[in-house]
Parts: sequence; structure tokens; C-alpha cells
Amino acid sequence: MSDLKKIKDEFLSKINKKLNISEINQIKSNLFGKNGLISTQFKKIGSIKASERKKFASDLNIIKDELQDLISSKINEVENAEINKKLEKEKIDITLPERSFVRGKIHPVSQTIDEISSIFSEIGFSVEEGPDVENEYNNFTALNTPENHPARDMHDTFYLDEKKKKLLRTHTSPVQIRTMLKDKPPFKIIAPGRTYRSDSDQTHSPMFHQVEGLHIDKNINMGHLKGCLNYFIKEFFEVDKIKMRFRPSHFPFTEPSAEVDIGYEMKDGKIIIGEGNQWLEILGCGMVHPNVLKNVKVNPTKFQGYAFGIGIDRLAMLKYGINDLRAFFDCDYRWLNHFGFDPLDVPTNYRGLSR
Amino acid sequence: MKITFDWLKDHLKTNLKEKNLLEQLTNIGLEVESVESLSAENKLFKVAEIIKTEKHPNADRLKVCDVNVGEKEIKKVVCGAENAKEGLLTIYAPPGAIIPKTKMKLVVAKIRGVTSYGMLCSEFELNLSDESDGITELSKKYKKNIGNSYFSKSKSNLIDLSITPNRPDCLGIRGVARDLAASGFGKLVDFKEKKIHSKNKQSLKVKINRENDQGCTAFGSCLIKNVKNSESPNWLKEKLVSVGQKPISAIVDVTNYVMLDMNRPLHAYDADKIEKGIIVRNSKFGEEFTALDNKLYKLESGMCVISDNKGILGLGGIIGGTRSGTEFNTKNILLESAYFEPRSIRNTAKKLNLDTDAKFRFERGIDPLSIEDGLNKAAKLIKEICGGEISKIDIQKTQTFKIKKIIFDPNIFEKITGFKIPLKKMIKILEDLGFGVKKEKKNFKLSIPSWRPDISQEVDIVEELVRISGYDKINYINPIKQRKKSTLNKYQKLFHFLQRSVASKGYLEAITWSFTDKRFNDHFRNKKKEIKIINPISSELGVLRNSIFSNLTMYINKNLDRGFKDLSIFEIGPIFNGPNPGEQNTVICGLSAGKKSRLSWIEKDRNIDVFDVKRDVVQTLVEVGYDSKKFSIDSKTPNYYHPGKSGRLFLSNEKVQTAAYFGEIHPNILKQIDMKTESLVGFEIFMDNLKLPEKTLKDLKAKFSFSDYQKSERDFAFIVNKDVKAQDLIDSISSIDGSLVKNVKVFDVYEGDNIPENQKSIAISVTIQSSEKTLNEDDLEKINNLIIKTVENKTGAKIRS
Repeated sequence: MSDLKKIKDEFLSKINKKLNISEINQIKSNLFGKNGLISTQFKKIGSIKASERKKFASDLNIIKDELQDLISSKINEVENAEINKKLEKEKIDITLPERSFVRGKIHPVSQTIDEISSIFSEIGFSVEEGPDVENEYNNFTALNTPENHPARDMHDTFYLDEKKKKLLRTHTSPVQIRTMLKDKPPFKIIAPGRTYRSDSDQTHSPMFHQVEGLHIDKNINMGHLKGCLNYFIKEFFEVDKIKMRFRPSHFPFTEPSAEVDIGYEMKDGKIIIGEGNQWLEILGCGMVHPNVLKNVKVNPTKFQGYAFGIGIDRLAMLKYGINDLRAFFDCDYRWLNHFGFDPLDVPTNYRGLSR
Repeated sequence: MKITFDWLKDHLKTNLKEKNLLEQLTNIGLEVESVESLSAENKLFKVAEIIKTEKHPNADRLKVCDVNVGEKEIKKVVCGAENAKEGLLTIYAPPGAIIPKTKMKLVVAKIRGVTSYGMLCSEFELNLSDESDGITELSKKYKKNIGNSYFSKSKSNLIDLSITPNRPDCLGIRGVARDLAASGFGKLVDFKEKKIHSKNKQSLKVKINRENDQGCTAFGSCLIKNVKNSESPNWLKEKLVSVGQKPISAIVDVTNYVMLDMNRPLHAYDADKIEKGIIVRNSKFGEEFTALDNKLYKLESGMCVISDNKGILGLGGIIGGTRSGTEFNTKNILLESAYFEPRSIRNTAKKLNLDTDAKFRFERGIDPLSIEDGLNKAAKLIKEICGGEISKIDIQKTQTFKIKKIIFDPNIFEKITGFKIPLKKMIKILEDLGFGVKKEKKNFKLSIPSWRPDISQEVDIVEELVRISGYDKINYINPIKQRKKSTLNKYQKLFHFLQRSVASKGYLEAITWSFTDKRFNDHFRNKKKEIKIINPISSELGVLRNSIFSNLTMYINKNLDRGFKDLSIFEIGPIFNGPNPGEQNTVICGLSAGKKSRLSWIEKDRNIDVFDVKRDVVQTLVEVGYDSKKFSIDSKTPNYYHPGKSGRLFLSNEKVQTAAYFGEIHPNILKQIDMKTESLVGFEIFMDNLKLPEKTLKDLKAKFSFSDYQKSERDFAFIVNKDVKAQDLIDSISSIDGSLVKNVKVFDVYEGDNIPENQKSIAISVTIQSSEKTLNEDDLEKINNLIIKTVENKTGAKIRS
């Protein structure tokens, strides 16, 4: 048996044993180190007969490659085993809770205001605002509700002075007055905001929200009013079908005036909008009274149009199945969490109002 | 306004059914508020007699009554009324009956161990009156009716209409009938009250004083002598009961009947109690009288009173007085039918806080031409029931009523409503409603009915026409999807963005009332003026909030009581600085209580602190578009913040308007409101003080520059006096060379061992990078030295070696 074969056999059996990394390295250096067995054989090549030299060199190279491959795969194997062992030790209980993340919520009234604004934006309304504290003129007189008008009784008003000149606005309608005094027609605005009446029980809260609408131009008639509200209601409730009823009513600042009911039915204790034969009053509206236009220096023979006022809280209750109005302002953490909206849910025209 | 179909039929011939009626009423603007069905159930309520009462064995207040209900079997009923006694005739409701007031269905029930079969009812429970003290007491006459139904058989449903304040005419059944007839729901029955023919003069002199602001413009009267007042006949009683009125005596019942039927309020005086004659005049300051509600009223000057030589008899058109009221033994009566100005009625009633049926009607406007009809109708009825001799009618006037006329251009109808109706139909509708119509060329000349004070211009006529034609005739004109102006202005966009920005940081949005409890408000009022509401719903909601903290602390406290420990809420809304319109600011106010990472297996818990809210404020403002490098922060904050752990933020060095406050809430406040939490921190961002960011997103995005040259980070530790602010160090380093100093970051603050007392060490890491070249050691060394020198010079710091 040649030396080479001996070396090979000897080391094959060595390498195939269970080894750790330093043992492998020892073998490696025994073979390929400066004075290693294989290295020594290479040095011998020069002294071998010319006739045998070629074969010897070739055999030697084959053995060298074979042993080298074997060693590096062995090293790989051992290293892998060690890493796996280490990772195995690092194993954690992945069912433990994640790190906490908190995002807040948007109040349903705010969300509803954004939904309303989004719908009216599409048909060209812009948003106007007015102060919560109003003077008696803007809240009543300018709106064709002079002092001693019985309609003032319908608004239980909070006053800030004994003379009853300053008050908390009882509706968003004074924003009509402010807007029309500030600009020139045409007007096409909505005005959402806080409103106040000294009324407090299960279904009334001393503060609530309204959105006012006003569209004044040269030829705006009751058909436009009906079309606009029909569009709004359908969009808002995100239904294809809506049953809607306009019925005559009275507001001092509109003439003719109407109240609008929508059809609904109760299914499993939930209100379904657009079906059934029950009626639910949701808003008041009408053609802006010529006296109001005169009060804001708009010529009623040239300009006319409609106005409406919608209870925002009421709409939110209907859409999102909220039963108790008082809870809106009660700040119960559980309620806010449940009925609140993710701030990322911004109502938009293209993505839809709600998910 | 309560009506029944039966009563309507006195004025309206129709074959239509009640179901159609209800629809039609609502369609023409007389909204049906509710319908109380009485017919079937009401038969169950029977006249009954108590034959025996015993004390309830287990309850002192209760009695066990044996009741004869006209059946063989005597019923045992448990009753708590004090007036339940042997021999009392009353009204019995058997099990199965539904109590009209409470809508409760009776069942056989054990009451404190004794079984009760049904119930004895009070007038209140039966909707007969507001009398809830004790059970109904019926007169002896009912003895023969025992076992019979108390309510007569065919009662029609009680329909409650919500009449808008512009329609006083529909506060009378006839007015409702007229509207219905005009809309095609039957035919209005002709009605012309026959005039009284009498030779007797009305001998009591009536005089209306001609004074400024005299509230009475006409006073009609009629004297009826030798009457015998009594209970009303059944038909009259039933009529009144059918609309929820309580019968009193024939004379009073007749006046009420005429009022309900034709909206003509009347008043009956005991003529013998009137001293000489009637004077209608303005009251003098301090005059007093006792009204029929048995209350003494002290009058201001200028209220319209009906008086005689002895003093005040009543407040005209509002309430009569006890002195001249009619009773069962009244012999001679004076009937009053007058016209009072709505304005005068309203002023007086408001000042005295009085609300009566007559007041409600007069303040809306009574038909001034109904004075005579009312007297004719009432006098005749009284004579029929009570006998007596009627005098001629006397009418005193200070003004003559003139029929209003307006010119109506029929084209306006289409202009306003968007649809057409034929002229013929217009005329028919208007005539049916009582208008006089004359065609004048293209226009109509209209005489307005005297009962329609609400109509004064063309648009009112349009309303009448469209209302009667039906709102369903109006077309739907679909809106055009076109926007000429942006929906939100810049501030509204800012509001919207801030709201969602704060919510995205873990705060739940709350909406709380704009008013608050004075005690809470005072904690956060600082130097602001208190703004009182003069008529709050309760004293706890008596002032407008000067800060949103008042409400948020209150609600945080409530939620802590509910067992929550870590809470973050915010509100965006108004705070008030004064009682005038516009004296308000929009504030975003956030409040957090408790800990971070409470009960976390992975993170160490800690109290929420001022740097948490500082982050929320700064980050929110950065998201809005402000440059945090320009922010200027100091520690001057209002007194409700912890003086050492709070800050004031300006958007720039100019320090013009406070953009925000943030910090710990003053511990004293927590103590005073008894709040139990580890920590309470809050912030306020003042939206009105935020100058809109100069640069729009468009501007900001368009500028994109960066440097690829190597950057280096150098750390410095400075020893400074304790009162030196970290910001001062940052500012002085940042000011060195903006093109090289890219970032300055405090990474350690240390006090204690190895640092002299009253001093601290601040460690800062500075990122240095040039956009032109890679800096070599020399360049860096130069900047290092410059940084050290500058900081030492400007802040008195010493570099820590």
C-alpha cells in the first residue's frame, strides 16, 4: 500500500468520528500544516522518478482535494450544529403579549361632521363657522323672529346677561346671517357646530350639534332643496334606496318651510333606514324668508334659495346605532373607545365615508 | 292641540276614514304628534261602589276594599288612596285594562300578600285631570250606573296635533276642519251663529282706557241674568273629556267648549261681584290680585288688566281672578269676548311666568272678528243649559280691525316651488281657506281671512298653495357635482389635521359641554373673567368654561372612579374669554393620567410625565408643518400647572403668541378635587395663535437636498450651573455654523458624584457634516474647539475632561 493510500485511509476514519471544531482544526493542520503529511508529500514530488512523478502528483492532488472537502464540510456541519444549539437556547414563548401600542379615537360627532362635509363638498358647498356666543339679533331678530314672537319659546335659550342680548346660539342659523353679511351672493355653505338649549332629559341635551345649509342664487327653488337633501341622505346612510317625506311646517326664517322624515323599520332592535313604513323626523328646511334676505341686504326679488338645519348627533345615532344622546357628552372611556373612530379613517369621496 | 274625529265631524262632512285623516293632517302641515286609542279599552273602566274597606294586614297605608262592580261577585281591590271609603262611587279598572296615563296593563297581583283584582283609578291615571290625590269621586247620580262603562261607548281616538305657532286658527277644531276641506278631505259645514235677539241692554258699563300700549283693542260682553249654574249635560261633558279636559260647571264648560271649537277664548264673571262696571286699563306698579290658580300676583306697571272700582278682576286674555269667578250658586254672569294684542299678552305672561290656555291662544293671535260669534254661541248654550235672560251684546273698541289685502302674482308660485298648478286650482284653494280672491289682470287681489295673522306677503300665499297641493308634487332636482370654492379654508384644515394628529397619539377624543361647574372652572380660570349663564339648567353647569381642563379633569376623575387607571383624552373646541360673540378661542386640550407600561411583562412601568406631553405637543406641531428647530420653550405657565414641571412653547424666538402649554397639573388641584392617580399631565394648543405654516407641502417637498460626504459624530460633556437650560447649550451649538452642524442631541444629564454641588453635567452629541467635502481631522478639530469655546462663553459651561 502506498503512503498516500495509508494517509488517506487513516484520516478518513479519523474525520468520520465525532469531532469538535478544534479537533478538526488539529486534523487539518496535521495534514495541511507546514509540516503536515500532505504538505510533506508535495515537497517529495521533485525527488520522485520522472516516470512515476506524473501519476504521483495526480494521486496526491486527488487525495488532497478529497480530504480538504471532507474537512470543510465537517467544519460546516459542526458549526451549524453549534449555531442551531445556540438558537435553540434562545427560543422564547411567542405567545407572550406584544409591546403595547395605543392609538386614540375620533369622537363619532367629529367623524359625522367630517362625513357630512365630505358629502356636501362633492356638490360644491364650503364650510363656514360662527361663534358659540351670539347676540340676540343674529340668533333671532335677523332670522325673522322678532322679540315677542312665540317661536322664541320653542328655543329654550341660555342667556349671558339680564337684558337677554347675549346668548348661547340655539341653532346654527346665525351663521347664515354672518355669512351673508360678510359676502355677496351667490352663497353655498354648510355650517356645522355646537348649539345650546336649556333642555335636558333622555332625548335632549343642553348642548348638541347642528349643521346649517344655505344655498342662495338666482333661481334656486324647492326642487333643488328636495334634490339636495335626497342626495345627502342617501350618501350619508350609504344606501341606494331612501324613503323620504317632505311635510309642511313652520320656521320663522323660511317660507315655505318643511320638515323631512325618513322611512325606517326596526329589525331585531336595530333601526334600518330606507325601508319600512315608520317615519322619523331628521331635519327642518325651507326657502329662505324674504325678510331674512332683506335683513342681510340681499335683494329677495333677485336672489332666492333654501336653508336647512340637521341635528348631527341624531344622524350619528341613527347611522351608528347609538341609543343614548346623553352618552355623547359623558366621556365614558368605554363608550369613547367603542363608538370612536380610528383617526386614520378619514371620510373621503373616493374611498367612501366609512369602512 | 287635541282633537277627535267625532268633534271634527261637527264642522266637516266626509266619508273618509281616520287613517286617511291622520295622513292628510300631516301632509298639510298639521303634524299628528300622537294618537291615543281609547275606544276598545275604555269600555273596561266601570262605575263602581266601595262597600267595605279594611286596613291591609301588612301595610299601614294600604286598604283592602270590597268593590261592587255590578257583577254578582264582589271584587277585592287593594288601594292606597286616602279617600277610599265605604259608599264612595268611583271608577274601577279590571285586570287586562290599560291605564291611559301610564299605558300599564293591569294584572291580578299580590300586593304585600293580599291579592288585588284590578284597581280603583284617580282622575290623573285616566287622563281626566291632573288630580292625582286619591281616587276619582263620582257624584251620587252615578249610583244607577254601577257596572256600566264610565266612558260612553263610541269615543273616537284622541289625536294630538302639533300646531306651529303661525297657525292660531288651527287651535280651534273649526280651523282644522277648514284646512282639511281645502285639501279635499270633505266639505266644510256652513256655520253662521244666529245673532242674539234681546231687548235687554247690557247694563254693566265697560270702558277701555285709552292709554299708551293699551293691550286690549276690543271688549265684547253680554250679561246673562238669573242663570242656574249646574253640572254640564252629558254631551258637553263627554266632548270636553274626549279631548282631555275636565268638566267643571256648565258655565265654565261652555266657555271652554267655545274656545276649543272655534279658538275663541271667553271669560265668565260673576256679575254680582263686579263693582259698578268694567274698566280695562294698564296696571299700576305693585297692584296685586289672586288669580284662579290661587296664586297672588304682584303686577308691574303697564299690564293689561280687567278691573272694577275695587281693583283688579283679572289679567286680560291670560287669567281671571278669584274675586269674580263663577260658582255653582252664581246668579248673574257677564261673558267677556275680547281682543288682546299678542305682544302685550306675551310681555305680561313672561314677566309673571304664567302660562294658560288663553294666553297661548291670544299671544298667537285670535280672530278679531270672532268676538260676536263667540258670545252668540256661548250665551245661547248657557241659556239652553242654565236658563236665564240674555242681554244685547255690547262691544267697546279702541281700534277697528281692517281686513289685510295683498296683490299676488301667480307666477311666483312656480318660481319658488319649481312646479305649476292651474290658476283655477289656486283660486279654489285660496277661497276654501277663506281668502277673498279678485283677479286683477295677471295678478290676484287677495283679502286675508281675519283668522290668519300669519299671512302678510306673497311668499305666504305660495306656502298656502304648496302646502294644500301637497309637498309630494315638488320635483327632485339632482345637485350638480361641481366645486367652485375649496370646501375648507386653511384654518379649518388645520383644525381637522390637529384633531386627527392628537388622536393618533393615543388620546380618545371627547366632546364635553361648553359650560361647566364653577368650582372646576375656578381651578383653571387663571386670570380670566368668569362668564355666568343667567339661567343655567343647574348650578353645576353655571359658567362658560375658561379652559377645557375644567371638564377634562372632571371626566378623568369619573373614569378613574370607574376603575380605569391609565387614561388619555382630548377635546378640541371653544374656550371663552368674555361674554361677547367672538370672545372665544379654539383650543386642543389633552389630559393623561396614570402610568406607561403598567403591568407589562416586558417593559418597566413608569409614571406618565411632562416629557410625554411635551413629545405629543412638539410632534403634533411638527406634523402640522412647523420647524421644531425654531421652537422656543420656557417655563412661564399658568397657575394650574406644576410651576417646576411645565412649559410654554412658542413657534419662534419672537415669542409673540403662546402656541402651547404643557406640563403636570398642579398637585394642589388634584388634592382639592380628590383625584387619585400616580400622575396627571396635560397640554393646551391654542389654534388661534398658530400662524399658518408659511410653507405648503408643495414648497417643502420640492426642496430635497442631502450630502453624501462622510459625517462624524462628536460627543461633549459640559459642566454647567444647575439653572442653565439644556436648550441654551443646544442653541449655542446650533448657531455656530448651520452648514456644518447638522444635529445636536442631548444624550445624558447627570447630577451627583464627581459633579460639584449646584452643577450638572450635560452630554451632547453633535453631528458634523459638510455638503462640499469630506472633513479631515484638522477641520473637525477646529469645529470641536469652536463648539467648546462657544458653549463655554455663552453659558458659562466647562467642558468635562
